[in-house]
Amino acid sequence: MKPLIDVQNLTLQFDTDEGRITAVDDVSFTVMPGEVMGLVGESGSGKSVTAKSLMYLNAGNAVYAPESKILLNTKDVSLDVLKLTSQKQRNVVRGGAISMIFQEPMASFAPAISIGKQMVEQLLLHTDMSKTQCKELSIEMLDRVGISDASARFDQYAFELSGGMRQRAMIAMALSTKPKLLIADEPTTALDVTIQAQVIDLMRELVSEFMMGIIFITHDLGVIAQTADKVAVMYLGRMIEKGPVRDVIRNPAHPYTQGLLDALPKMDDLESPLVPIPGDIPSPLERPTGCVFNTRCGKVVGETCTVNIPEWREKNPDHAVACHLFATEA
Amino acid sequence: MTDNLISTKNLAVEFNIGGGFFKPKILKAVDGISVDIPRGSFFGVVGESGSGKTTLGRALLNATKIARGGAVYDDGEVRYDLEKMTPAELKDYRKRAQLIFQDPYAALSPRMTVRDIIAEPLEVMGLTSGREETDKVVREIAAKCRLNLEHLRRFPHAFSGGQRQRISIARALVSKPQFIVADESVAALDVSIQADVLNLLKSIQIDMGLTFLFISHDLSVVAHTCDHVAVMYLGRIVESAPTKDLFNSTRHPYTKALFSAIPSLDPDAEDSAQRLVGEIPSPTNQPSGCTFHTRCPHVADICKSEVPTLETCDEGHAVSCHRWKELFETAAL
Repeated sequence: MKPLIDVQNLTLQFDTDEGRITAVDDVSFTVMPGEVMGLVGESGSGKSVTAKSLMYLNAGNAVYAPESKILLNTKDVSLDVLKLTSQKQRNVVRGGAISMIFQEPMASFAPAISIGKQMVEQLLLHTDMSKTQCKELSIEMLDRVGISDASARFDQYAFELSGGMRQRAMIAMALSTKPKLLIADEPTTALDVTIQAQVIDLMRELVSEFMMGIIFITHDLGVIAQTADKVAVMYLGRMIEKGPVRDVIRNPAHPYTQGLLDALPKMDDLESPLVPIPGDIPSPLERPTGCVFNTRCGKVVGETCTVNIPEWREKNPDHAVACHLFATEA
Repeated sequence: MTDNLISTKNLAVEFNIGGGFFKPKILKAVDGISVDIPRGSFFGVVGESGSGKTTLGRALLNATKIARGGAVYDDGEVRYDLEKMTPAELKDYRKRAQLIFQDPYAALSPRMTVRDIIAEPLEVMGLTSGREETDKVVREIAAKCRLNLEHLRRFPHAFSGGQRQRISIARALVSKPQFIVADESVAALDVSIQADVLNLLKSIQIDMGLTFLFISHDLSVVAHTCDHVAVMYLGRIVESAPTKDLFNSTRHPYTKALFSAIPSLDPDAEDSAQRLVGEIPSPTNQPSGCTFHTRCPHVADICKSEVPTLETCDEGHAVSCHRWKELFETAAL
């Protein structure tokens, strides 16, 4: 089976007043239909920018490297997203084959247009349905994601809904065009834990029902453990570890992944101290040479780490890590 | 003199949210809270958004008007009744009680250098006699928060989230307060930085013998830092206990639900979840009886009509639930 999305050597830079900064550096991954991939990293690690490039949504000053490829394969289309030149071609991907759920649902809905009107608008754009059919489908989707009294909610505005409801409406809207790939960018970060648990349950149900691929972006490894099949860890624009979620969380191979896990408060051992990763993520204007993590890594070995960029090493056929130390440890 | 720095009795905060002069609409943000915060403790308050935890913190800082009940502040040197303070007392109280905000990006003025930001409380309150002394105090406090001299000359935009939060902490500490309210102070930070800031807060608390009120929505963070935790729901405390007791012998169904909603790091964890259905009701339209009855999996008839009181069930452990005994004995939680 061909992967739904196959990202190869994605490198993305932004032209800014302060020079050209690298946001994503040589990132490759695939997502199969029905698979959930978690993308983890701190703020500034380039996870959102990576996801946005799948829909060609980055700002006008973005420069993609010529060798970058984003291959999308569905039943209807097979294309390289980065080769699309016109707005019309891109619209097949945006909201059609790929949908996105953003972090802040209040900012993603237009405040002066009713929820229903916004849902119908995108369906008219992407499908051949009539207005009445669109309305019926929208109400059905709202009902599906657990919004009570969906036909009344249809005519309400975003400010009339609570945070959890808004995020559900956002999910209903993103799924109504039946996308093949759903990108969820921190969909639960702004929600309370009790509501977060409800939204996670909902998303798990929907994956199995619609057989779509999901890219789940978050900085919360607990959320990843409960939702994803595989996980990729990013740091300062580079992918540094990827593998099946059980493997990566139980036996992390990269010092950064280990650091992220150690920094989490653990509920089963309240006495264990919290171990922060020392220092802060460097500015993208001052990217370290060699391994990008060398400025904060506790295990750094002289020039091996500060000069040479680490290659991917296989821990096992599915689990790979980009760290010089991995070979010597094994 | 007692051992409690803050002690409240039936503290209530209400907001008038319109409805006119004759028929005002009242929102009960904090509804009859009695709580003792021992001196030198790290006291946690958890709850969902809308539970009134921030309003409680603001009331204890005298930043919002207390509608009913009262709160006493007693640090051994002075004793104030927060609901009836004179302007002079309030001015003094401002030095003794400080707040650390949630969002370090919004809390710092972009036009002031870090040195000026930290020095401002000293100058406004007239705590130092001259620039030299101010500089000395600023440098001392900055060193405690791991900021060096180079940092003091820069503007906030040059700093990352974790560093900014350390600047906010330094600013809060500079007037040598006794009582600090940290309102969601790590919620905006990445996990790797969050651990660093929590460790810093904890070490400062021990070094300087401060009392913290730590407000958070994240039970796992609270569990790791606080000595005592109060769980709030719709303006009331539903359970309050020393941290270990709260975790090992949970008595209230809401606390239990909060615990089980935390996503486990183990991908194969049994989904034991007692998922809460629905959302926290609006505080303008509170349910009758126990306010949690609309979402509680163990609801009985009595819950809908009678308001439960906060009863002591163990040393330092209080719970407000009609059925706690029965639920605890049958191990239904």
